[in-house]
Amino acid sequence: MRSAHRKAIIRKIIVYILLLIIAVLMITPFLWMFSAAIKSDREVFKINPFVFIPPVPKWSNYVDIWTRIPFARFVGNTFFLTIVVTLLQLLTSSFAAYSFAKLRFRYRNGLFLAYIATIAMPWQVYMVPQFILMRRMGLNDRLLAIICLQAFSAFGVFLMKQFYEGIPDDLCEAARIDGMSEYQIYTRIMLPLSKPALATLVIFTFVNTWNDYLGPLIYLKTQNKKTIQLGLKMFISQYSSDYGLIMAGSMLSLIPVLIIFLCFQKYFVEGVASTGLKG
Amino acid sequence: MSNMTGTSKSIQIEDLQNALTETIERVHAEKDDRKKKKLILQISKYNSKLNKLKSGKLLSRQAKRDLIAYSFIAPNFIGFCVFTLIPIVFAFALAFMKWDGSNPITFEGLNNFKRLFGDTFFKAALKNTIIYCVGTVPLTMVASLALAIILNQKVVGRGIFRTLAFFPYVASLVAITSVWKMLFHPSKGPINNILYTFFHVPQESLPQWFSGSLCVISMILFSVWKYMGYYMVIYLAGLQGIPGELYEAAALDGAGTWKQFKYITWPQLSSTTFFVVVMLTINCFKVYDIAVMLAGGGSGELTTSATVLVYYIYQKAFIDWDLGYSSAVAMVLFLMVLVVTIIQFRGQARKEA
Repeated sequence: MRSAHRKAIIRKIIVYILLLIIAVLMITPFLWMFSAAIKSDREVFKINPFVFIPPVPKWSNYVDIWTRIPFARFVGNTFFLTIVVTLLQLLTSSFAAYSFAKLRFRYRNGLFLAYIATIAMPWQVYMVPQFILMRRMGLNDRLLAIICLQAFSAFGVFLMKQFYEGIPDDLCEAARIDGMSEYQIYTRIMLPLSKPALATLVIFTFVNTWNDYLGPLIYLKTQNKKTIQLGLKMFISQYSSDYGLIMAGSMLSLIPVLIIFLCFQKYFVEGVASTGLKG
Repeated sequence: MSNMTGTSKSIQIEDLQNALTETIERVHAEKDDRKKKKLILQISKYNSKLNKLKSGKLLSRQAKRDLIAYSFIAPNFIGFCVFTLIPIVFAFALAFMKWDGSNPITFEGLNNFKRLFGDTFFKAALKNTIIYCVGTVPLTMVASLALAIILNQKVVGRGIFRTLAFFPYVASLVAITSVWKMLFHPSKGPINNILYTFFHVPQESLPQWFSGSLCVISMILFSVWKYMGYYMVIYLAGLQGIPGELYEAAALDGAGTWKQFKYITWPQLSSTTFFVVVMLTINCFKVYDIAVMLAGGGSGELTTSATVLVYYIYQKAFIDWDLGYSSAVAMVLFLMVLVVTIIQFRGQARKEA
């Protein structure tokens, strides 16, 4: 009995040591980023001895980044794009998904097949013809192009449909008998019930749009149209040794995602798990 | 006014009814089968028109329902159609064409695909993508499974650890690759500094993490770090689906931790593992930004030691404006993803059978 108890303790200790190692591996880059953002260029690489917060923290890096490049402009563009794309995505996907999940109509299976068939198609395969098409439509070098690119994904429709199918049909049927129109059923019954799925979609879309690099790289050419990712990359390639500033800019670019992530974290983990398993 | 439309309606109904009875008589008199069929069709048309007039509605019930359903789908479907479906069809056609985006398109047949075989840069891109994939997939899978098993135990601060492990996944690539480039900086970075000071690796043989053959290794390490939190969540869900009685029974039989893993956890997780491997493989095929940001030069150009398929698609299209050839490379990417997807469908079908 004693040895079993000791075994359990040893096991616990091993688990905690492993956890500690993992936590260190995961968090070190972020701590380094935080620390380097308030150091001068001379202090940045000093590790013998390493100081986490320098004697004279250079908080000015966080101020200078806004003037060295049009950072406010980049942040504004990215916020605009992310918010519009997320709203459009939520609205149009849940709308379409309601129809696919709860209504019977002609060509339903055919239309849904179009969505399913493209879900496995990597965007990178058709990004070139898509660009040609958008250029023809006069969308090149316009923020609208990124909106069109991100807002109508098959993934969103698929995710919402999966969720709506879990809501019993009787609920809609009862509402129909009470004389509700389909639009009322959608707004008054389905939308309020689908908060977890909507939250998942918010995070996926928000994070994707905020962090997207290749899309904006292809479409947005003018400086004042660039997103935060493009702007940061541009700054890094121009001033590759201004480490303090690069880190300060990077820190700032993480904050919105961090906030969204912490707010919706619970849903996100559930969402990944459920979409993951249903595949 | 309403009375007038009322009377005109009743006249219309009368006319239709007359036409109907007349055609029915003609059907009876008609000998030719084909003509008979035509007349019968006519009858059903008259009938539906009559029904519509009598009920006073423009659309039948089903048509109305369809329209409501389409109105729900339309906003998304139109966008999806224009910006996804059409470009996909276009991509397949373009792979057999030669086009620079402004001059007339010419048909090339299979020439683009023949060119691929002799293209050393393409071969390098394909090779690197596959090496990256072969390295990243098993490592990420093992790391995320281990992480999930550890975080599935009852430990203090489990939620915090999960959040920590997950954060690299949502953090922007530009930001975290710039940190990695500092940490692994060949001459000044702390990693090489530690190798130099504590492991006495001579200065000249310190690893150049972002050039030559080490490039792909750095990309693999980075990807494992970034993506393991995501797949950990999927594994956690899988672990929670394993019935606890299995472990209790095994513990009673005296099975240790390793045996429990080998005979319960691993087989029970087979479908999750299968899914994780498929997703990882497809995502590895699509790698672009990790390569450009870790190994790219100032303006993001890649050498043959770090190039990947998507980079080559991008370069051929947007730098060389060789759109047909670029689409042919894209088709190779598509085929790779297709094969993996088919394997997944087969696997799922077998599981369900």
